[in-house]
Amino acid sequence: MAAQTKSPEGSGGKTYYDELAVVREELDKCMKCGNCMAVCPVYGAERVESAVTRSKIAVAEAVLAGELALDDPQVYEMLFNCLVCKSCMTNCPTKVNFDRIMLALRAALVRKNGVPWLKKAIFSTLRHPALFDTGMRLGAALQGLAFRSEDSGRAILPRTPLARMGEKIGFDGERRLPALNDTPLRDRTDEVVRVEGAAMKVAFFTGDSLNYFYPETGRDLIEVLVANRIEVHIPKAQNCCGVPVLVHGDVETARTLARRNIDTFEATGCAYLITGCGSCGGAWQHDYPELLAADPVYGPKARHWAERTYDISTFLTRIVALRPPQGRIERTVTYHDSCHLKKSMKVAAEPREILRSIPGLVFKEMAAPDACCGSGGSYVLTHYETAGIIGRKKAEDIERTRADTVATGCPACMMQLLDNVNRTDGHQQVTHFVSLLAESYRREKSGSRSNR
Amino acid sequence: MLEATIVTELENLAGKENVLIGKVDLVAYSYDATADMPKQTPDVVVLPTSAEMVRDIVHLARRNRIAIYPRGAGTNLSGGTVPLKKGIVLSFQKMNKIVEIDPANLTAVVQPGVVIAALNAAVAPYGLIYPPDPGTVATATMGGSAAENSGGLRGLKYGVTKNYIMGMEVVLANGDKVRFGGKTVKNVTAYDFSNLFVGSEGTLGIITELTAKLIPAPKYRRIMMGVFKTLADAGNAVAGIIAAQVIPATLEIMDRMTIRAVEDFAHIGLPVDAEALLLIEVDGMAEEVVRAEAEATMQVVRDNNGDLKAAETDQERDQLWTARRNALPALASLNNTVVLEDATVPRSRITDMLVACETIGKKYNLTLGTFGHAGDGNLHPTILCDKRNPDEIHRVHEAVDEIFETALQFGGTLSGEHGIGMAKMKYLGDELGQSGLDLMRTIKKALDPDSILNPGKMVPLREN
Repeated sequence: MAAQTKSPEGSGGKTYYDELAVVREELDKCMKCGNCMAVCPVYGAERVESAVTRSKIAVAEAVLAGELALDDPQVYEMLFNCLVCKSCMTNCPTKVNFDRIMLALRAALVRKNGVPWLKKAIFSTLRHPALFDTGMRLGAALQGLAFRSEDSGRAILPRTPLARMGEKIGFDGERRLPALNDTPLRDRTDEVVRVEGAAMKVAFFTGDSLNYFYPETGRDLIEVLVANRIEVHIPKAQNCCGVPVLVHGDVETARTLARRNIDTFEATGCAYLITGCGSCGGAWQHDYPELLAADPVYGPKARHWAERTYDISTFLTRIVALRPPQGRIERTVTYHDSCHLKKSMKVAAEPREILRSIPGLVFKEMAAPDACCGSGGSYVLTHYETAGIIGRKKAEDIERTRADTVATGCPACMMQLLDNVNRTDGHQQVTHFVSLLAESYRREKSGSRSNR
Repeated sequence: MLEATIVTELENLAGKENVLIGKVDLVAYSYDATADMPKQTPDVVVLPTSAEMVRDIVHLARRNRIAIYPRGAGTNLSGGTVPLKKGIVLSFQKMNKIVEIDPANLTAVVQPGVVIAALNAAVAPYGLIYPPDPGTVATATMGGSAAENSGGLRGLKYGVTKNYIMGMEVVLANGDKVRFGGKTVKNVTAYDFSNLFVGSEGTLGIITELTAKLIPAPKYRRIMMGVFKTLADAGNAVAGIIAAQVIPATLEIMDRMTIRAVEDFAHIGLPVDAEALLLIEVDGMAEEVVRAEAEATMQVVRDNNGDLKAAETDQERDQLWTARRNALPALASLNNTVVLEDATVPRSRITDMLVACETIGKKYNLTLGTFGHAGDGNLHPTILCDKRNPDEIHRVHEAVDEIFETALQFGGTLSGEHGIGMAKMKYLGDELGQSGLDLMRTIKKALDPDSILNPGKMVPLREN
């Protein structure tokens, strides 16, 4: 009945993204029971009612009733004090699609006032991939000026002048960030990685994080597919998934990116689209069909791809039969559920199955593995303090497992975990689960079935 | 509006970061979980961090005749925390420390903002529980649930909040801080103040610390479900279980409307032609006893023509609970407004009350489903309506009037666990009579002569 998933279209073919009033029905579902308080990470950290979902719904109602202005600075601040982690939605008795309410409000704000200039500057580079690409390469070349390398070489830390300037947004001397790589993933690899006697061919949507920040993870994902005799297409023309602009209300840029990505992946002729990031996969599964619902050409195409998009873990364990890895990895590993992977793509059991299948690996569940880590994409940049309180709690839960490695399935979580495990005593290695699987396959190939 | 100097004084007392005056913050404290209630924004929200701070704020409010609305998590269902007369919302969200767990005395000392589930998580390693379990355990605070004397699913066997509050620290309307009760099981010193302030809905004093009673966690439990073709069979089964000298931890009932809604919502295979469903859980410290109680219960269900399902594993237990857990969400999905009542009758009148609720729903042409705690006579007639339809809302109000009238006729009460607040104040005289109302006013005036504590709630003062 009313609680089932609805089409994002309201009356007259308008979507949530185009007409704020369309969310009224969604707002009406909220009973203000407060169950969201039990799971909202921002409320947990700030402990004031304005942080939690039901109050944001009350404010949305006040905006629709004309009692508050959408562009009131306090309303604006409140709208962006949300990780869009969807935790509240998993605990909502009446199944309010709060992510849609939040995105609709942000989109309405952008319609009213435009995209703030700073965001505009960033997002316009996303619209022009070549420019964005140049910027990321330049960043890789220049990061040595502002950041110093950690001894391990895996992370960078701000140098003193930046640390002094950036304390407010968390660029203090202790902040760990992944090093921007000087050769992005899509430049390191062929557009098609062929396998002798391939059983199937799939297209890999890398997303920006795997392309620029974690190309080794992307390489591992490709290796794992190849090890399962699957041909991998990695089209160079692919763009950002669009989630970073969509969550800031820039619906038009998100639509442009969605259409371009659909064209690019259609051209591969592959049957499946594989992701290694919950946000990217969630975009293909849910956001594209909703964004393009009213588009007679791209709407059906978006729905086509939504049904063929899988996280790497689901693909390996549900669509094909994972070839059991033989190489030993003697590590104690705990797993953090990325919000978008678990709450949007509904992927939770599969990565655990993969980890447990690795010989020698001891898996330990942490308390509240699906509690948000506080990253929220750009939330950690704009709300570093709250994100830090949330992240530290996650780091403590990780620490209590006594694991030496924390695996997850989303690069944005990897960045946040990297920063926060290093602020506690844990110093666990942060990795994508696919990298552990790849390492196991590598070890069996090189004949060393033990890591001693 | 408050004068700016008051806000400055509050900032000096509580710290700037604990005083909220932004428009958005005020909207965030203008409601609670009660449907169909007026909303009101306060003038200011203060988040105290100590009892001393609360005392200073009360002194300031009293001098300036400003209303104070104490608030835990704001999950009550009687409009109890809506700041009707504006003034100060005093939110205890930041006073959330567990001060002490004392396993030797089976007690815990907590600040009022501690969430009930957080206390239970903290005492679990000692093999203890704090039994009161309102539906909001994961969010509701100890202070709020004590002020509301909240109940829950385990009331029949384990009692309600008032049975577990052994002592308190309270700031009175005159600014005095008083402590009473404590860790001793026996305590007849002075009046039983704990039982005065538990359930006082913030109208007599502000709770700043609580001493709670803990009990050993039951080690064994068995759960079963009985599905009945007639309400009479279900009612007889409830009576039969008690007659068999079994006191279940949980004895829940759902009517036909609720069963159908749950089945449509969650597709768990409930028979939609059933008239009533009972969910029964027995628990205890000895396996033998629990097994005997479960067997006796199952026999009663069968004797009353019930279709029986018993859970053998944790997974099956969880499946049986799914039906009950989905009762409110399933009903709520039927329309945009959920009017959730808690009329309560003596256990022997449960069947009569269920029939009456169904009849009243039909009479006023409303969608009405009833579920609730059959074991303690506490029912939740739930009306699903459209808040934008004034005619329907009018019929809802008439139906609610009649539900309460019926409950009182059956020797019941206006509220089993939600409290009076704003929602039921107008019915209070029907149950208490003039002399009862006068007693309420006398107590209120003695403790809060200027009516600054949660004004407009519970006690129908003439000036309200």
